[in-house]
Amino acid sequence: MELTVGANQFFWTADDWSAFYASIAAAPVDRVVLGEVICSKRLPFYQDRIPAAIEALLAAGKEVAVTSLALITLKRERKQMAELAEAGVEIEVNDLTALAFLPKGTAFSVGPLVNVYNEGTLAWLADRGATRICLPPELPLASVAALAAEGAARGVVIEVWGHGRLPLAISGRCYHARLHKRTKDNCQFACEDDPDGLSVRTLEDQPFLAMNGVQTLSDSCASMAHQVEALRTTGVGALRLSPQIGDFGALCQAWRDRLNGTLDGAALAAKLTDLSGGMRLSDGFLTGARGADWSGEDTRKFA
Amino acid sequence: MRAAVKAGAHTVYCGFADETNARNFPGLNFDRDEMGEGIKFAHDHGAQVLIAINTYPRAGSEALWHRAVSDAERCGADAVILADLGLLAYAAKHHPGLRRHLSVQAAAANADMLNFYASEFGVKRVVLPRVLSVPEIAAINAETEVETEVFVFGGLCVMAEGRCSLSSYATGESPNMNGVCSPATHVEYHEDHGALSAKLGGYAIHQVGADEPAPYPTLCKGCFNAGDATGHLFEDPVSLNAEKLIPQLAKAGVTALKIEGRQRSRSYVAQVVRNFRAAVDAQAAGLPMPEGMLARLTEGQAATAGAYKKTWR
Repeated sequence: MELTVGANQFFWTADDWSAFYASIAAAPVDRVVLGEVICSKRLPFYQDRIPAAIEALLAAGKEVAVTSLALITLKRERKQMAELAEAGVEIEVNDLTALAFLPKGTAFSVGPLVNVYNEGTLAWLADRGATRICLPPELPLASVAALAAEGAARGVVIEVWGHGRLPLAISGRCYHARLHKRTKDNCQFACEDDPDGLSVRTLEDQPFLAMNGVQTLSDSCASMAHQVEALRTTGVGALRLSPQIGDFGALCQAWRDRLNGTLDGAALAAKLTDLSGGMRLSDGFLTGARGADWSGEDTRKFA
Repeated sequence: MRAAVKAGAHTVYCGFADETNARNFPGLNFDRDEMGEGIKFAHDHGAQVLIAINTYPRAGSEALWHRAVSDAERCGADAVILADLGLLAYAAKHHPGLRRHLSVQAAAANADMLNFYASEFGVKRVVLPRVLSVPEIAAINAETEVETEVFVFGGLCVMAEGRCSLSSYATGESPNMNGVCSPATHVEYHEDHGALSAKLGGYAIHQVGADEPAPYPTLCKGCFNAGDATGHLFEDPVSLNAEKLIPQLAKAGVTALKIEGRQRSRSYVAQVVRNFRAAVDAQAAGLPMPEGMLARLTEGQAATAGAYKKTWR
């Protein structure tokens, strides 16, 4: 099973961004998706760093793809997509708008924010040129198994959200701006203060969600630590690790150890909790009654 | 449906009573026989019927959704409203004579996307997601031949439709997979020291005084804490009312105005439809808009024009 580092969902300074991808070049992962997926206003701050990062990752033997935005509405964003399609790098489609710009037959991959729920959709995307699909995190194991089988029949690698805060929703409205009583057009980049997202708690102060500009994430960190064997059995080809602050290289190594069999699920979960500063883990979308549930032993404080 | 048709709706949209539509709630929707009768009634009164088959088919069970498309055609529907790529491809291939609309659940939010769905699947009309301002809608219409339809009254999704799994994260049931958001089966109310709190999936997201009206705990309109702030961080418990924007929406080239009529009483549907029909007719005749007739019908007594006003963002 391969490891993919997904596109960073958060707004980091250009220097932090560059340092992160420099560390990923040395990390034991197979594939890296980079670029801006959440907010087009963030891109100018680090856009000029992208070519060098791609070059370094390729030199380190990684496969590299560049993501589309998740929600494309503005003229400037459509133009960005058109330019991306012409750049000659593999594109990970996270809004179907990107497909409108890709000539038929161009190979591309599909990210977790495109709704691939069934065989018919997978088949249509495969015919169109999809070679890899990271499934929406919401899918239960039975759907993952059916889609992995369909993917195998059509030569499409199936990837599953393996680690990281879950992308639960995307909006036209910026919640960080709203929190600071600003409009989106005058957001003053409030999301930059929360490089892992801002925790959103219930009225009983129970951690629940996290806001990240126009995106809403889970408070919990999804983790397939206990699901590796089940996913392997279905034929899933890769796990996606979503960037977060902290020692991400060590996190990648822990996952590699888990896939190699030198670390078991419980040991990995304990390690991830440590590396994530005590974040709660979840894997309920795959096997639980609901997304927030966790199949492991200790972190289930909120069932 | 009869109430909406009698009150002057040009078109009524509805769904089959199962998980193929995004309002899969008990007591709602139509079985196959009722659908046939409803469509006959509408057609006899000069109205059209659109059938929403707008959830995302479950892997391994696509036949249920395929059957819904076949049945829609057999029942005489004027169009189906679809969201899933695979289902669109299926309908275009196997039911080419059945008109296809793109559901709001597909969240097609720019002209490239509309033209893409038109060229790939022969989509004739797109229901636009509630993330666009009126000038943006006008710009889209200037760049496409595809008809557009926009929501003007009823619920307000704050998130891009079809791209939200908040509900399944908290309850296990989602709009995309089950046609359900923030389901009542997962709601609990607790009264404590004169305060009424509402929980969804065990998460406390609303609290009011015991004698105040308690809004339904829809996730994105709940009350939360973040940083030092407490409040409706995503959206207030408001509903959408764009009645004042009818002239602007008409000028923007919108083909149809959509009123959320499902999960509503007959008298509500009749009153809202009658008011909007009067407004649309006045607009067409160049007369001034009737105003403020609908305020009492909005959720929690508060209404918003949502993303149609750019400052909403």
